[in-house]
Amino acid sequence: MNAPSHAALQTHQLQVHLGGRPVLQGLDLQISAGRWTCVVGPNGAGKSTLLKALAGLLPHSGQVLWQGQSIESLSGRERALQLSWLGQGESTTLDLRVWDVAMLGRLPHQGWLGAPTEQDAQMVEAALKATQAWDWRERTLGELSGGERQRVLLARAMAGNAPVMLMDEPLANLDPPHQVDWLEQVHCLRAQGTTVVSVLHEIGMALHGDEVIVMDQGRVSHHGACSDPASHAAIESVFDHRIRIHALDGQWVVLPRTA
Amino acid sequence: MNDMSCANRWMGLLLLIGIATVLLGTAAGSQGWQAWWLAGGDAVSQQIVLDIRLPRSLGAWLGGALLGLAGAVAQGLFRNPLADPYLLGSASGASLGVGIYLSLFGGNAWAMAWWMGLGLTGAAFVGAVLAVLLTLLLARGVQQTLRLLLAGVVVGVVLGAVTSMISLLQPQVQQAMQGFMLGSTAFVGWSACITLAPVLALCMALAWVFARVLDALTLGEATAQSLGVPLRSARLVLVGVLSLATGAAVAHMGLVAFVGLAAPHLVRSLVRTTHARSLLLAALMGGALLALADVMARVLFAPQELPVGVLTAVIGGGYLLWRVYRGSGAGGVR
Repeated sequence: MNAPSHAALQTHQLQVHLGGRPVLQGLDLQISAGRWTCVVGPNGAGKSTLLKALAGLLPHSGQVLWQGQSIESLSGRERALQLSWLGQGESTTLDLRVWDVAMLGRLPHQGWLGAPTEQDAQMVEAALKATQAWDWRERTLGELSGGERQRVLLARAMAGNAPVMLMDEPLANLDPPHQVDWLEQVHCLRAQGTTVVSVLHEIGMALHGDEVIVMDQGRVSHHGACSDPASHAAIESVFDHRIRIHALDGQWVVLPRTA
Repeated sequence: MNDMSCANRWMGLLLLIGIATVLLGTAAGSQGWQAWWLAGGDAVSQQIVLDIRLPRSLGAWLGGALLGLAGAVAQGLFRNPLADPYLLGSASGASLGVGIYLSLFGGNAWAMAWWMGLGLTGAAFVGAVLAVLLTLLLARGVQQTLRLLLAGVVVGVVLGAVTSMISLLQPQVQQAMQGFMLGSTAFVGWSACITLAPVLALCMALAWVFARVLDALTLGEATAQSLGVPLRSARLVLVGVLSLATGAAVAHMGLVAFVGLAAPHLVRSLVRTTHARSLLLAALMGGALLALADVMARVLFAPQELPVGVLTAVIGGGYLLWRVYRGSGAGGVR
């Protein structure tokens, strides 16, 4: 584990109740700065809730600390400048153009009354080009397919250029080549010193990360290096040993284990 | 960018249509077309144009602009293309206000002394505001959009029932109530314009300040929150804008149907742009629509005059039906 000084985000006894039900039950976590941490686990394990809580978007008990400072003490804009959050399955109205959507990622930099600057436009252009969404910039979200839309939303999250990126199922609806593109983008972000936390169902992709947090029933059952066999064992265990992780060409593939 | 000039062009065009229609309205009289600029002007016809037709046309434009703006705010705030300005119970509140006022003071709503008319306007406005406050109370604030919508529907149904009861118990109120329910611009004068114009300016300015919050909300509430926008204050102010704009319009013109729903839809079918522009466009569109409907209401069956609300319902409703019919394809109502 890393020393607290190297943690971008920390939680102490983090608890979240949704609809009276405990969803996160006293989590103590350290998310290492400048590294890529993946959160995996079965449906309903609390992964998305953890990500939302880390983004400061949920009422919680216990603490979420951003560089040692309580996340609740930050103003909305300060928090948005530090933490970029890409949600999953939020219903969106589809009337905005791709360019305007990506520009929303720059909102924390502009303030909600400021006008976009030349730098904002450059960042938006770079993000749209990185996710290969640049060609659709004049189209509305409604005119795109699910996967194309996801790439625009990804560009929106990246355009903010925040030091921490929290991504909830960023690969949803993406075809395999664009999943690989995403992988390269994350490597690129990490090379720039960005801390990336992603919830992923694609275990093989998740194991490309630096660290993995394995969750089950609102608790962290394991937190370790992605390459550590103990992490693989923990992942297989929370999935009731219905999957197996195999090594192949220096990567990992996940295969179902049928009876 | 490309869409900006497109949006700006539409803004200019809609403004021109609005101005042209208001001027046209000054030539629409009780006997059909009466082009005052051709007839020359004796003092009486001049007075008719300046004191009756012009404020009426201008008032119709202002009221329509308020409803169009309120509709755009409602659809953005509730992220629902079916949201309309009457959603938070303001319409049923205004009706109840009018119903109570009429049952207390009686009389024919559209042919009463000016001070009665003023009281009626006040009653409608107070009713609209109180109904929205009741909705907010039931929804325990503005934070939960769904609860707010549900509370608005409940308040609408309950207040509507009370209004029906009043008009059943006091049949003499019924005819005047009907005029109010159908919506009419017939009694909009300079005093109404003097109220509506600053309300429109204030509501537009406030809505415009929060236009980017509405943009952020299109990506969902959590995403908007993650972008650090002041969601709480935005909701509070925008619900205020919604109530004030609707209350002011309804108080002066009754329940004009469909302008608030159709104007933002029409704007969306013309141009896809951010709320900073679409709010303004929706207001201009609403103004042009109602001013046009007002002129038509006067001349279509002259010397008979249609309640303008009937026309807007037929035109706006027809348009929406057509959009829904086409809507299964791309670019339809979503």
